[in-house]
Amino acid sequence: MIKGHASLHAAAIALAASLVAGCAASPSRVDPFEPMNRAFYQVHDAVDTAVMKPAIQVYIDVVPQPIRKSVSNFFNNIEDFISAINDLLQGDLDRFGNDMGRVTLNTGWGLGGLIDLASMLGIERGNQDFGLTFGKWGLDQGPYLFVPLLGPTTFRDGAGWIVRLYVGPVGYISDVPLRNSIYGVGAVDLRAQVTETSQIIDTAALDRYVFIRNAYLQRRRYLLYDGKPPPEPEEQQ
Amino acid sequence: MNAMRQIIRRIGLATLFAAATVLNAAPALAQEAPDVMVKRVAQDVLAAVKADPLIQAGNQARIREVIEVKLLPNFDFARMTALAMGKNWRAATPEQQKRLIDEFRSLLVRTYSGAISQYRNETIDYKPLRMSAGDTDVLVRTNVVRATGSPVQIDYGMEKTADGWKCYDVVVGGVSLVTNYRDEFNEQIKNGGIDGLVKTLADRNKGVAAK
Repeated sequence: MIKGHASLHAAAIALAASLVAGCAASPSRVDPFEPMNRAFYQVHDAVDTAVMKPAIQVYIDVVPQPIRKSVSNFFNNIEDFISAINDLLQGDLDRFGNDMGRVTLNTGWGLGGLIDLASMLGIERGNQDFGLTFGKWGLDQGPYLFVPLLGPTTFRDGAGWIVRLYVGPVGYISDVPLRNSIYGVGAVDLRAQVTETSQIIDTAALDRYVFIRNAYLQRRRYLLYDGKPPPEPEEQQ
Repeated sequence: MNAMRQIIRRIGLATLFAAATVLNAAPALAQEAPDVMVKRVAQDVLAAVKADPLIQAGNQARIREVIEVKLLPNFDFARMTALAMGKNWRAATPEQQKRLIDEFRSLLVRTYSGAISQYRNETIDYKPLRMSAGDTDVLVRTNVVRATGSPVQIDYGMEKTADGWKCYDVVVGGVSLVTNYRDEFNEQIKNGGIDGLVKTLADRNKGVAAK
């Protein structure tokens, strides 16, 4: 019994020591797991180059642009509904009206979300998700994480992803091939939407890992503060 | 008599000076508002892109020419580089500062060329400008509606200079170019000093791929 405790203590000390060592090697507060994240990023980038990019190129070459736009609109309409749920959780009735109005309009009059009539009328997307709701509730963003195939996130946003997965609706489709096809098309659509961004990052970045991390964290901060983030202290690292 | 002549001469000089001041001030009075300027430049660049079949075909030299002539004179690269350098700017020698400005400028030209090559009839909505009379630093906000995907918000940080309004930051969907580069520059300087950063920038401009 006592022996068990001792080894537990030893393990805890070893863990603490390795965390301290990790921090010393990479003193960044936001990205304490940088070595691991960088390794995951390399894996992600390799898969992206070998599989995703060629697949996206085929998708863009074969599927006409209006259809691709409709696919984006369809998935965006679902996310607008998720955004409306989060508006409620945040107590933002103003934005809830906006997002729910978008969903009603686009689902009812825009052929089930295939046409984004609301954007044409200048009603902008709310872009809220569970990670942002947790943030508005006061949860700390926690360490940055890069997840292969899924991309950049933080502990808080990752928790948001998990909640999002349970909310559905695609996850509740019982026909497995249909469900997986929808997930697949969704992934292709998502990747196709960032094709231009990823090409720009290839030119602009000095170190793509750092560029993506900074851009992600800046974007999330911007959304968390509803487009009006307070100025960041310059000496942040 | 001599004293009289001197007074007249002084009045004459004063008039000349006053006239010069007024003439100098005239363009400043007629200076266009920052949002009007952003709109004019954007439309000018996009019109040139649309009208040029070589650019449509992806001719990089032509794209760069349009950017050099129409876009770049409206940017303040010295301010941009200084902001991206943050506290490291003062640590750089004048020679290093000059090289940094040049390389950063080239990098942004390359980035802009890439972005413009992908231009596909996007439409730009200009949001109302929030600006008070004496402001010398404003954010011009636009929303770019793309043929595919979601609209992208692109804002321009503009400062008033003696030479008219100049752009010193581009903010895409809340991601500031200057802030993003500040962290990248910091990282490079931490690893290889200011000369290391200059070298990395120069390498990227020579087409060496990023890590």
